Amino acid sequence: MPEMTLIDALREGMDEELARDPRVFITGEDVGKRGGVFRATMGLFEKYGEGRLVDSPLAELSIVAIGIGAALAGLRPICEIQFADFIHPAFNQIVNEAAKFYYRSAGQWNVPMVIRAPYGGGIGGGLYHSQSVEAFFCHVPGLKVVIPSTPADAKGLLKSAVRDPNPVLIFEPKKGYRSIKGDVPTGEYTTPIGPARIAREGSDLSVYAYGMMVHYCEKAAEQVAREDGIQCEVIDLRTLLPVDKETILQSFKKTGKALIVYEDNLTLGYGSEVSAILSDEGFNYMDAPIKRLAGADVPAVPFSHPLQEAFMINPEKIAHAIRELAAY
Amino acid sequence: MADLTKEQLLEMYRQMVLIRRFEERCEELYAQRKIGGVYLHLYNGQEGTGVGSMFALKPSDHVITAYRDHGIGIAKGADVNRLMAEMFGKRTGVSGGKGGSMHLADRSVNFWGGYAIVGGHLPLAAGIALKSKYNDDKEVVLSFIGDGATNNGYFHESLNLSAVWDLPVVWLIENNLYGMGTPVEVSTGQPELHKRAIAYGIKDFGRVDGMDPLAVYAVAKEAVAYAREHGPALIESITYRYKGHGVSDRLYQRREQEMALYKARDPLTVMEDHLKQLDPGVESALAAIDAAARETVEAAIRYAEESPDPTYDDLINHIYA
Repeated sequence: MPEMTLIDALREGMDEELARDPRVFITGEDVGKRGGVFRATMGLFEKYGEGRLVDSPLAELSIVAIGIGAALAGLRPICEIQFADFIHPAFNQIVNEAAKFYYRSAGQWNVPMVIRAPYGGGIGGGLYHSQSVEAFFCHVPGLKVVIPSTPADAKGLLKSAVRDPNPVLIFEPKKGYRSIKGDVPTGEYTTPIGPARIAREGSDLSVYAYGMMVHYCEKAAEQVAREDGIQCEVIDLRTLLPVDKETILQSFKKTGKALIVYEDNLTLGYGSEVSAILSDEGFNYMDAPIKRLAGADVPAVPFSHPLQEAFMINPEKIAHAIRELAAY
Repeated sequence: MADLTKEQLLEMYRQMVLIRRFEERCEELYAQRKIGGVYLHLYNGQEGTGVGSMFALKPSDHVITAYRDHGIGIAKGADVNRLMAEMFGKRTGVSGGKGGSMHLADRSVNFWGGYAIVGGHLPLAAGIALKSKYNDDKEVVLSFIGDGATNNGYFHESLNLSAVWDLPVVWLIENNLYGMGTPVEVSTGQPELHKRAIAYGIKDFGRVDGMDPLAVYAVAKEAVAYAREHGPALIESITYRYKGHGVSDRLYQRREQEMALYKARDPLTVMEDHLKQLDPGVESALAAIDAAARETVEAAIRYAEESPDPTYDDLINHIYA
């Protein structure tokens, strides 16, 4: 199995889907000749031409909405939003049209489209290039939301998303685009949308995370295992909507303690729902308060490096939270 | 008389009368609380624009519109029984009772629906047109646009996109002079809305008298042919709604003088005049068409009334394909 970066795996996934299905096309700002702001589509323009790598105007609502229309009409669009922070102009189209179309038409039309957007902080991106937006969309039935943390899942989930008959949002941890490396299976495979992944087995407490935070949680888990003998089970949620309750509860049943880690703002972030699931359906297993470790409730990730670091969750903060919970 | 046969002209008349009778009965049924909800946007007065323009399309062409959508659905050929059942919120409605008046849609006739978010359907129209271009299947999208929608961002982005990608779409602005209650001159710096086309590099087919279905047909035919071969076209149809913005809007009653001017040129009357000019003995045929339209609508009401309500299963299905 070759080792690959997250972004190379995403590109390979798109490449294979473009080759497999002539209905697949990619649109977004500078996705063509320039290969995208993060080079996610680099080289694909040369391979597939301007009819399938379509540079759009700088107009996010149109990038998404043209994808919805094309998907309704039978194409398989992959729409790239340069940064998740820029997705808000398209919010209405995603929530009011993409999510509702199958429902409002009583099954006449479905919306087989993919929206890709890099998200997350810790790169010096400041207010409008650091946001985590997944919770907004996880509130909307009709959408699917995935966040890969490994190159193998990035490619596999992307390929599943392209083939899914529903609108799928892929939020990609951009801090890990090139820093996250991992083995990617050779040959054809997909990663199913739905199941979570047990990234590390353990019996003392369950740590739930997605995206970049999975890596930080694994790092923290190794540290507390080495230094304190605490064995954490790390669950990579991968698919946020629909949520994999079974895996979430299975782990909790074993450990009785849960730490949910996400870099979005704490209040009503995705971890709030995981917490609610655990208390609703896992009360009998509970040995300690369910803990969330998340970004501060501030309007945005600020620019100044010390402020950014104060906002961001890191392995040290996670290790500290694990120790506290283990000692409860 | 354009290039239409007498039979085609009678068909055009039939569609307009059917829409008018449908809308009249909907208004009554709403008053009787048989049609529920808080919204019902009637098309009375605008029939010439919808029917005239759609007569220029092939069945394989596509139509999308805003929330004043009953007449558009009827003219595109959606089943009248199922349209009425949707008004009633019945399980047999075109949208399974989930949509209601503003959210009709019938895929089988390429009627892509009514949309309640003003302007929100315009980029979808562009997306549907992109598929036509992508597959080179030469299908045209006719997108109706209310005058009120020309001032939001959807309009700007969609028109620009259709121009840069040469999409086969006809943007048809139905200018009924008011965005809800606000006159076009009050909301719009350039009230001659068709002039917007020039700014986007779109072929401007100018203003047309929306009360005359044949005038609308003539310009739509040119615009549709242009869109099919070259790219986007824009038409502004000057029309008038006889009813309020919605059923609860009574403000229109204050506009009696203005309304009288338009009602004197009612699209049904204009069409009758065209037909009588062609054939002085047509009157009995027109009366028969009207009687048949009334019966079609009554049958649709019976169908709707006898149809079952949706169930809890309908609430929770059609979320994911």
